[in-house]
Amino acid sequence: MADIAAEASAPRPVADAALAPRRPPLLQVGPLAWARANLFSSWISTAVTLALSYLLIRWTVGFIDWAFVKAIWSVPVTPQGAQTQACRALAGSGACWAVVTEKHRFILFGTYPYEQHWRPALVCLLFVGLYIVSAMRRFWRPALALVWLATLTVIGILMWGGVLGMPYVPQERWGGLVITLILSTFGIAFAFPLSILVALGRRSKMPAIKMLCVVYVELIRGVPLISLLFMASVMFPLFLPEGINIDKLLRAQIAIILFAAAYLAEVVRAGLQALPRGQYEAADALGLSYWQKTGFIIMPQALRLVIPPLVNTFIGFFKDTSLVLIIGIFDLLTAGKTAIVEPAWQGFGIEIYVTVGAIYFVFCFAMSRYSQNLEAELNRHRVR
Amino acid sequence: MSDTAADPRLLRAPPKKGIRLSWADERLRAIVWQILVLGVVFGIIGWLVSNTQHNLEVRRIATGFGFLSREAGLPVAESLIPYSPTDTYSRALLVGVLNTLKIAVVGVILATIIGTLIGIARLSKNWLLSRIAAVYVEVVRDLPLLLQLLFWYAILQGLPGPRQALHPMEGVFLSNRGLKLPWIQWQDAHSFALLGFVLGIVITVLYARAAKARQMADGQPRRVWPAALGLILGLPVLIWAGLGAPWTGDIPALRGFNFQGGVTVTPEYFALLVGLVMYTAAFIAEIVRAGILAVAKGQWEAAEALGLQRGLIMRKIVLPQALRVIVPPMTSQYLNLTKNSSLAVAIGYQDIVSISNTTLNQTGQAIEGIAIIMAVYLTISLSISLFMNWYNSRIALVER
Repeated sequence: MADIAAEASAPRPVADAALAPRRPPLLQVGPLAWARANLFSSWISTAVTLALSYLLIRWTVGFIDWAFVKAIWSVPVTPQGAQTQACRALAGSGACWAVVTEKHRFILFGTYPYEQHWRPALVCLLFVGLYIVSAMRRFWRPALALVWLATLTVIGILMWGGVLGMPYVPQERWGGLVITLILSTFGIAFAFPLSILVALGRRSKMPAIKMLCVVYVELIRGVPLISLLFMASVMFPLFLPEGINIDKLLRAQIAIILFAAAYLAEVVRAGLQALPRGQYEAADALGLSYWQKTGFIIMPQALRLVIPPLVNTFIGFFKDTSLVLIIGIFDLLTAGKTAIVEPAWQGFGIEIYVTVGAIYFVFCFAMSRYSQNLEAELNRHRVR
Repeated sequence: MSDTAADPRLLRAPPKKGIRLSWADERLRAIVWQILVLGVVFGIIGWLVSNTQHNLEVRRIATGFGFLSREAGLPVAESLIPYSPTDTYSRALLVGVLNTLKIAVVGVILATIIGTLIGIARLSKNWLLSRIAAVYVEVVRDLPLLLQLLFWYAILQGLPGPRQALHPMEGVFLSNRGLKLPWIQWQDAHSFALLGFVLGIVITVLYARAAKARQMADGQPRRVWPAALGLILGLPVLIWAGLGAPWTGDIPALRGFNFQGGVTVTPEYFALLVGLVMYTAAFIAEIVRAGILAVAKGQWEAAEALGLQRGLIMRKIVLPQALRVIVPPMTSQYLNLTKNSSLAVAIGYQDIVSISNTTLNQTGQAIEGIAIIMAVYLTISLSISLFMNWYNSRIALVER
């Protein structure tokens, strides 16, 4: 004891103490300190962390056990059908991915002729390419509209065929992921210009046009999409003169366009309202006509303001196209649901829905991330 | 009005001119455009109506709502009011409307509670908790609601039958027939106690208002909670005890192949409720989070500097300001939940859409069936927006 005290009080060799870097206290920096601040800051926090870790580990282990360890990836298929006894024997303790292995072509392409599956596959890739190109800011110029027009034409040719040696495939045989992509892409492509017109109409000084747009938007937003789809499927044929028949897919597409336009119009209107009055007045002072003012001054700024909410609305529509299941159109979700109608595969809904959900998730998550990045990028000038 | 008293600004107003018959006159152009657009729109509508009338005649489809008083003959699995297939279509549709309200009201309440909890969890200082909440919100928002509903329904259908039902505690059974819960045998005493409960709330609200008015007058705060406790809890218990305190449990039990007694939550309702609540809660969580973040930190600090307690700061300073940001988007989430409840038709819960759809298939009167669906939803949407607008204007910032 005395020695230690003596040593402590004794003058230390100054040079050594200054040179030797001391390690920082363990509880001030580094992972331990982080854990203390963010996971164990109080006894409540500690309890929450421990309880959540326990549940998380238990569920993760359970999920891995179900999805990988005990899972069955394929079953023998005999002329009598798939032999799913092995899957049934699991009784839900393991996943039966065999249903996905067996039905993945059906889920992706529906009843499209098997040898021609490369065509819808190519179409899906074209759609994804179109999305990626449209997402890049350096391509945001009027020519992009031409790219869309060209791509959608190529997609139409590929799907229908009948030229260039590709056999004709009627629309009733299209299905799966392609239909989801067609419904959402064409829906947005047509709804967006319509929504701009409606938003302008709603802010117009002409009372009759304003009224018309208000009634349209509020009526559509007040009812569920299903009722519009029902209208398209059962009421629409009554509207047309005898002998004219419009395909069911097109009818659903029209319903989705009308629905989407009403919601997009409100987003665009928010952008128009957020624009300072001075912009309108300055354009008027320059003697621009209404359409010049709108096209060159107002719209470019207003749309820029609302890009993030626009992308969020697009995500909503991509998900909402799944509602066509209710009127029996063969999109991704319907194909998944139909795949398990066959007696051999009945009861394996969870595996199918997890797979279909993963496909939807990839698209929506990409869009959502993109929207967040874009928002940060567009707001960069505001944040110092 | 005399010339001398005229506002100088009025003198600068442009003199009113008559409309010139020239394309250069803006007002004339506006009138021409409006007539053109209205003409086209009404022309299209007229064309559609005449087509429809012609088609209805050719196909011999009856029109009008006469079918409402005919016998429906459509079975409904769950109903809040007595109903049998021999009742009329109008009663079947009423059952559908009530079922829609049943899912919408319960869904809105649960989604608000769970969404608020998740929103607060996302702001938690505990890293693990906030990460889990964030992942939940992101995943749930990126999956179609219909897919989630089908998923939950598939899980419920995959549960064991009544004989092997999950039995977490006394009187609770979870099987592929749905959820069974214990209930009490309802007697008059319970109805009176419920009445007492409602009465207690009303009197408490009036009392609290009077107490606040007197505090405003003399500055003395008055305790409301002892009286409130006595009125809201004590009064019903007193009434119930006064009427002999009847208490007979109605506990479900397995008899043969199914359960007897208790209340049943059907798998369809259960799947729909779980799906809707989990989906909407993710959106509500984001709204709540944004609302709380929108209150500037200075507000907390200023209130602390005044010596207010934490609970009081939350209640009197932060929440009223956060609510202003939260209420408008929350309204649209409530509307969304109500409209999304129409997806019930996909899993066989008989809401208004499902019953109208069956009705239009049976009678062939598509226009009337869809008109009923739209009218019901427009009414519900309008009522929710009116109520929430009223609430919003009550809590809105009063500016000078």
